[in-house]
Amino acid sequence: MADAKVIPFDDDRSRGSAVQRPSRRRSAGNRRKNGESALVREVQPLPGRSFAQDDVPVTREEQPPQKPQDDGGLERRIASGLAFLRRRLTGDYDVDDFGYDEELTDQVLMSLLRPVYEKYFRVEVKGVENIPSEGGALIVANHSGTLPLDGLMMQVAVHDHHPAGRHLRLLAADLVFMLPVVNELARKLGHTLACAEDAERLLGQGELVGVMPEGFKGIGKPFSERYKLQRFGRGGFVSTALRKGTPIIPCSIVGAEEIYPMIGNAKTLARLLGFPYFPLTPTFPWLGPLGAVPLPTKWTIQFGEPIPTDGYPPEAAEDPMLMFNLTDQVREQIQHTLYKLLVQRRSVFF
Amino acid sequence: MGKVVLVTGVARQLGGRFVRRIQRDPQVDRVIAVDAVPPEHHLGGADFIQADIRQPTIARVLAESGADTVVHMDVTGTALGSGSRTTVKETNVIGTMQLLGACQKSPNVKRLVVKSSTNVYGSAPRDPAVFTETTPPKSLPSGGFAKDAVEVEGYVRGFARRRPDVAVCVLRFANILGPTADTPLASYFSLPVLPTVFGYDPRLQFVHEDDVIEVLRIASHEPERGTLNSGTFNIAGDGVLLLSQCSRRLGRPTVPLLLPAVTWAGSLVRTLGMSDFSPEQIRLLTHGRVVSTDQMRETLGFKPKFTTAETFAEFARSRAPGLLPPEALAGAVDRIAALPALGGVHPPTQSAN
Repeated sequence: MADAKVIPFDDDRSRGSAVQRPSRRRSAGNRRKNGESALVREVQPLPGRSFAQDDVPVTREEQPPQKPQDDGGLERRIASGLAFLRRRLTGDYDVDDFGYDEELTDQVLMSLLRPVYEKYFRVEVKGVENIPSEGGALIVANHSGTLPLDGLMMQVAVHDHHPAGRHLRLLAADLVFMLPVVNELARKLGHTLACAEDAERLLGQGELVGVMPEGFKGIGKPFSERYKLQRFGRGGFVSTALRKGTPIIPCSIVGAEEIYPMIGNAKTLARLLGFPYFPLTPTFPWLGPLGAVPLPTKWTIQFGEPIPTDGYPPEAAEDPMLMFNLTDQVREQIQHTLYKLLVQRRSVFF
Repeated sequence: MGKVVLVTGVARQLGGRFVRRIQRDPQVDRVIAVDAVPPEHHLGGADFIQADIRQPTIARVLAESGADTVVHMDVTGTALGSGSRTTVKETNVIGTMQLLGACQKSPNVKRLVVKSSTNVYGSAPRDPAVFTETTPPKSLPSGGFAKDAVEVEGYVRGFARRRPDVAVCVLRFANILGPTADTPLASYFSLPVLPTVFGYDPRLQFVHEDDVIEVLRIASHEPERGTLNSGTFNIAGDGVLLLSQCSRRLGRPTVPLLLPAVTWAGSLVRTLGMSDFSPEQIRLLTHGRVVSTDQMRETLGFKPKFTTAETFAEFARSRAPGLLPPEALAGAVDRIAALPALGGVHPPTQSAN
């Protein structure tokens, strides 16, 4: 039924709506966040908090702000920027056991990711209220797009949209921690190795943990299999959640499949480089670095209803049948939501 | 009747400090200090016996002294004075075997404390972020001190099986720092410019010398009520510091080098004998290592006085200031903040990253 409307609407109103919709959403988000931050700033004198809310990265903070602001605001921002600089230069900041640098993530790394999130992929977030505002929870999402941009976008979505300002701690493949620079940034963003020990420790600390159980099978699948969920590993994430009694929140991400349409896989080259796959897309590697620019698709991230796991007895984590059933339940819920979102989607790019 | 404590490895600063400290405990009657070379520092009222633990004489020393508690601190990564790596390895492994053999023969020994290291976990990108005492390492250390420590722990486990009546406590210490510590990491942090591995920012944990002495003391006495001091425990201060934070707090600039270059430079430095920059040290400074200290708190009942950050601050105070002292940098930022025209010259924030 939606299909009939899609094609004419796309041509007629695409530009108008594409420009309008994100801006409306953003202004609403900003208004909400500004109201909140005013409250927050009274009780929490953490300087530099204001940077988390605008699109300019901290590196450009000396430029006059776009929004009309009184001098007091500007001075405060400069002062907090200098305080931030001072803390960074003297090493006077904290990281947790996993190497998560909350200050750097909030003020620099998120500001760098936010333009990609808001302007490039124009991510629409639904169901963020399904994420509990406190306590551990495991977010399970589909994985796609050749490069794990979907995880990063999910992290920005939780960070910017959750009313309690929760931080998502992603579980990443071991390849991430073998690559120089990438491993450093991943640790500072709060990511850790996808293993039961780390996941359990984070959930035990009451953190929000994000996992993509499809792994390389999901992210490196050919374009023809888009939005078909792969096997969910061995269901280890379910037994981890069962052991900790934390809810599982299924999450469906639409739009990431089309950023790099993988039409081929140079297996020999991949084996030589030690990568699980080497993508060939219509543009990469033929156009060189230009071909590595992702397509500007329109994304939707939908967080689903939490699946509680605290009603099971402690030995449930050792029960393979229950584990497979729960894994299938999570998988089907994500797949079902994916199909629903795809039907609602008007076009890949708008 | 009081206890008789035999301590090995007393020629080192840490061993000397422990010997001096444990004599003050009321339940200790006599302390026998053993090492192959006479110490340069005084040992208080302890009886020093010059004996090489690699030789069977250690059995006679143990039998004659009638020691009931043995504290084995002669498991170290670096040679004392001018010793080769072979000597260190022999002292670590053969010395431990001889000492354990002597303990097995001695009917008096009731308690054995072994100073080990978190090096036994290795450092690899595929390891979990936090090691517990039971985490099996993904890649066993292939050589150097880490392998010695793994082998020493293996022999100690064998001894514990054969002598179940002896309480055995293995303490795995994180990097020990303090005003007098002479560890490879301490000499690394004393370099004017710190070479680092490009693209890696390892997480490090430190434990203060005072806490080392204190936990060794807890382990060598009867356990307090509600605690248990036999088994294997990770010992580290709370919290984590990144190498980049360490260098900034010390005020020493870093030079990021590519991993192959670091390995090559490490072997060059080793050949020149300037410092022991061993491969496992490079692995630590690449991937870092963090251990869980829950067992230390809950079972052993030990609360370290110094956190990782406090230990490092103490260490930084004992060293000469670096090329870029943090106070100077902070002062420079404050001066900019005090400028009347605020929108003016800011150093780019990216340098802080």
